[in-house]
Amino acid sequence: MIELEPVIGLEIHVQLATRTKMFCGCEPVFGEDPNTRTCPVCLGLPGALPVINERAVDFGLRLGLALGCELADRSIFHRKNYFYADLPKGYQISQFDEPLCSGGFLDGVRIHRVHLEEDAAKLVHSSASGRIQGADSSVVDFNRGGTPLAEIVTEPDIGSAAQAREWLSLLRTTVKSLGISDVSMEEGSLRCDANISLRPVGETTLGTKTELKNMNSFRFVEKGIEAEIERQRELIQSGGTVVQETLHFDPRSGSLTALRSKEEAHDYRYFPEPDLLPVAVGPEMIKAAQDSLPELPAARASRYEDDFGLTAELAQRLAFNGDLGDLFEATAAIRGAGSDAKLVATWVNGEVSSRVEEGSDQTVEPEALAELLGLLEDDKITTAAARGILDTVIEQGGSPAALVESQGLEKVGGGDELSAAVDAAIASDPEAAAKVAAGEQKALGPLVGLVMKATQGRADGGEVRALIISKLAGS
Amino acid sequence: MIDRSEVLHIAKLARLSISDEEVDVLAAELSGILDHVEMISKLDLAGVEPSAHSVAQTGWLRPDVPHESLSREKALDQAPATNGEGFEVPPPGSGS
Amino acid sequence: MSTDITKLSVTETVAAVAAGDISKANLHATWLDRARLDDLNALSWVADRVKLGGEDGPLGGVPLGVKDLFCTEGVPSQSGSKILEGYLPPYTATVVEALTEAGAPLIAKTHQDEFAMGSSNENCAFGPVLNPWDRGRVPGGSSGGSAAAVAAGLVPWALGTDTGGSIRQPAALCGVVGLKPTYGSVSRYGMIAFASSLDQAGPITRTVADAGLLYSQMTGKDPRDATSVEHPDSVEPVVPMDLTGVRLGVPEELTGEGVEPGVREAFEATLDLARSLGATVAPCPLPHAPHALSAYYLIAPAECSSNLARLDGVRFGLRVDPDEGLDGMYGATRAAGFGREVRRRIMLGTYALSSGYYDAYYGRAQRVRTLISQDFDTAFEDFDAIVTPTSPSVAFELGSKTADPLSMYLSDFCTVPMSLAGIPAISIPNGLSDGLPVGFQIAGPAFSENRILGIAAALEDGLKFDGSPAWIA
Ligand SMILES: [Zn+2]
Repeated sequence: MIELEPVIGLEIHVQLATRTKMFCGCEPVFGEDPNTRTCPVCLGLPGALPVINERAVDFGLRLGLALGCELADRSIFHRKNYFYADLPKGYQISQFDEPLCSGGFLDGVRIHRVHLEEDAAKLVHSSASGRIQGADSSVVDFNRGGTPLAEIVTEPDIGSAAQAREWLSLLRTTVKSLGISDVSMEEGSLRCDANISLRPVGETTLGTKTELKNMNSFRFVEKGIEAEIERQRELIQSGGTVVQETLHFDPRSGSLTALRSKEEAHDYRYFPEPDLLPVAVGPEMIKAAQDSLPELPAARASRYEDDFGLTAELAQRLAFNGDLGDLFEATAAIRGAGSDAKLVATWVNGEVSSRVEEGSDQTVEPEALAELLGLLEDDKITTAAARGILDTVIEQGGSPAALVESQGLEKVGGGDELSAAVDAAIASDPEAAAKVAAGEQKALGPLVGLVMKATQGRADGGEVRALIISKLAGS
Repeated sequence: MIDRSEVLHIAKLARLSISDEEVDVLAAELSGILDHVEMISKLDLAGVEPSAHSVAQTGWLRPDVPHESLSREKALDQAPATNGEGFEVPPPGSGS
Repeated sequence: MSTDITKLSVTETVAAVAAGDISKANLHATWLDRARLDDLNALSWVADRVKLGGEDGPLGGVPLGVKDLFCTEGVPSQSGSKILEGYLPPYTATVVEALTEAGAPLIAKTHQDEFAMGSSNENCAFGPVLNPWDRGRVPGGSSGGSAAAVAAGLVPWALGTDTGGSIRQPAALCGVVGLKPTYGSVSRYGMIAFASSLDQAGPITRTVADAGLLYSQMTGKDPRDATSVEHPDSVEPVVPMDLTGVRLGVPEELTGEGVEPGVREAFEATLDLARSLGATVAPCPLPHAPHALSAYYLIAPAECSSNLARLDGVRFGLRVDPDEGLDGMYGATRAAGFGREVRRRIMLGTYALSSGYYDAYYGRAQRVRTLISQDFDTAFEDFDAIVTPTSPSVAFELGSKTADPLSMYLSDFCTVPMSLAGIPAISIPNGLSDGLPVGFQIAGPAFSENRILGIAAALEDGLKFDGSPAWIA
């Protein structure tokens, strides 16, 4: 059987956090009452005209610079013509053959282009099933319509679903650090579509691709792409051919459904937007964008290596996921110079990242994490207890020290409590005790387990083992 | 020349319902106009840049400063169908 | 005062108001009475009373007729279309607002060809406008209502819009003055668009001085129109220019074949007048001008096919819903709401932009446009202005060209090149041919409005055109 490799390209829409919309002065506010943030321009009323938001262009330039793109000195907006209820003018103002930024590179993936456009409005389908097909009528809310978007298109340089997720996470971090978007997948200010095809390993020509639309979390990006890769693999290996189509991934069922068939191929009739003149990107605009650039993730990673002595891999893991990087830096700062930054890094990368979904608000505050790691480092609590406390703090907040106090989670060590627990364990499993006494190390496990259970994880495993051995050796 | 199938395709793109008789009339009229405008195909346009505009060649940008939006009542005032909060449209999925 | 104030030019009226000889109340009442005499179907709406505002502005309170396609808050703005019948916009066009502020309040809206597509006003969904010189004939288009209303003395002055000749041609056919300004010098915000890269608002008046006066209050960069620019000159009150040494170019391409003999005679006579006033007149090549009409009839429909996509039955205007889903509603609404000519141009424009044809049609047309602009640039190195007849014919009979869209399109032959180049051009009354008005067109480089108004005023003085036969008694 031929070995197939996936080839993935991403198209990412980032809602820009300008104050006003792309082409009018309306202020989009998330969650506002429907149709209270509109004007003749964003309602597409007869006679209204678009005017380009300066800050949106600035944000686009910042993004281009951060992604190493070439910035156009003259950029043109085009009309993309099609009819849909969420599109008031019958065309979307977007960019076509002269985008703001082109070329570029981010962590092994080439950027094809970055361009600016306006967002569609929101179409609410009022039917019991919530599906478009069965709806009786639909209602349009134009509040979101016209919000500036930057569309980032990559070359097909991504080789796996996991890489797509990681890369998207790096992109999110990069955009967030630029301060140009909230980049929340949940609220839709970061949206990702993927173009996926398979080809025999060693081939260079691309196979027929499908487009996977609007996966609204990092996890779904990975699961959706994974599912589509598998679908295509099975199809090809059973002798079928992939059809070019747009698919929707349902995260609940894990199924993929086709959105549009190809015979309804669009003819967008792009032409230069006659209501707008070309944008001249002058040196002042580029300089302003350059001056506003923050430390980018790659620079941040090498700083972590230099300043904190982290390994390259760990430094990158934290720096490329901005939330983790921020938490790491803040926690390390609270703990102060001289403390063990590697412990913080390991905990943030391991224990915290496995518990917190990227971009989620339910996370641990740096103060709490610093306190927790302080308790651990001072040997006040065991690692097992620390994990439990982290769970509680992420779920409910609160101070780790107070939790240790109120729930009696302090490490049991040396004293009578541990000795009594060991005695109880030996007494309750004489068989295992006999084996240990006979030198069979494997039999230690059940005894240690009993002690840990009795002390609710507050005892140190090594200490328990040593104590058991010494007690049994003496018997 | 534009034939019937092209007329139907364009009418669909432009969202214009047209009657069967109108298809033939439009095919003839559009073909006549295109025959006339066809004369520009004889011009040598090598090296000539297209002009989307005549006078100003680059534009200016708008400061990111909010204006007052319309009230919802005003926004919905002229709409053929609303539910009081938004613009009602027929379901996108059904029909042809 | 015993003078009939409606017989004064606006410039004279403004002076009389300033001198206290005419009260504003009298001015408004008199003109409301005039507007109510409309039996030409020129007006689509007449105010109950003229609202005051901007009293002390330079336009003296002289009320203004405004083409239907300008959005006026709470006042029907239908662009001559059934799809916008009774549409009441929530805002007012920048230029109408500016003129109100400057002392020219709205008195009436005027009928037009649907979405400004037409040269005869027969494409108006609310019936054709009649030419006051001969009610069996068209007033020209698309600003035919404005031109007829000014010619018949229903309004003192009016706003029109010009995309390929829509101010100049009806002005010529109705015997009034029409100025199409430099593209970008007047805001398009609130003008219901036909072809965005060509549309431009301008004055339709009885005298050249009035046109200059109205235009002087229309120009300026509008923060709501990204294609608008500040006029580099201030627009001065019009004084007839001394034509001594003024070089007038006559492009053979626009003055030869296709121009009616009577129109040509009137044109030649005015060239003689210009010579007698000291101007030099010489042939001036515009080699690509014969291709202008072809380029125009690709560019304008392409832009309109997209501009009119917003007429979709969702947020305003007509909706026809045959219960066949969203696309069914779109198709039925647009089929019922748009007239034949509009549907034809939407189809043509959609075709010109569609996949596989863009380069051959729209792309080529945009390149031809470049060549036409270059022709004018070259011509203005040797000439101060270019002159042509405004329309190759006088007003034609109602119904005589409706069956053949191409013959109608040819009416724009002399006016379209300037539109593509974005340069200003003015049409002034140039006598009569068989009792019907003829127009004389003067075009200059971008932003040369002061110059072409001055030349026009000098010729106007010499021509002494009498527009009174069109006046509704
Ligand atoms: Zn708006």
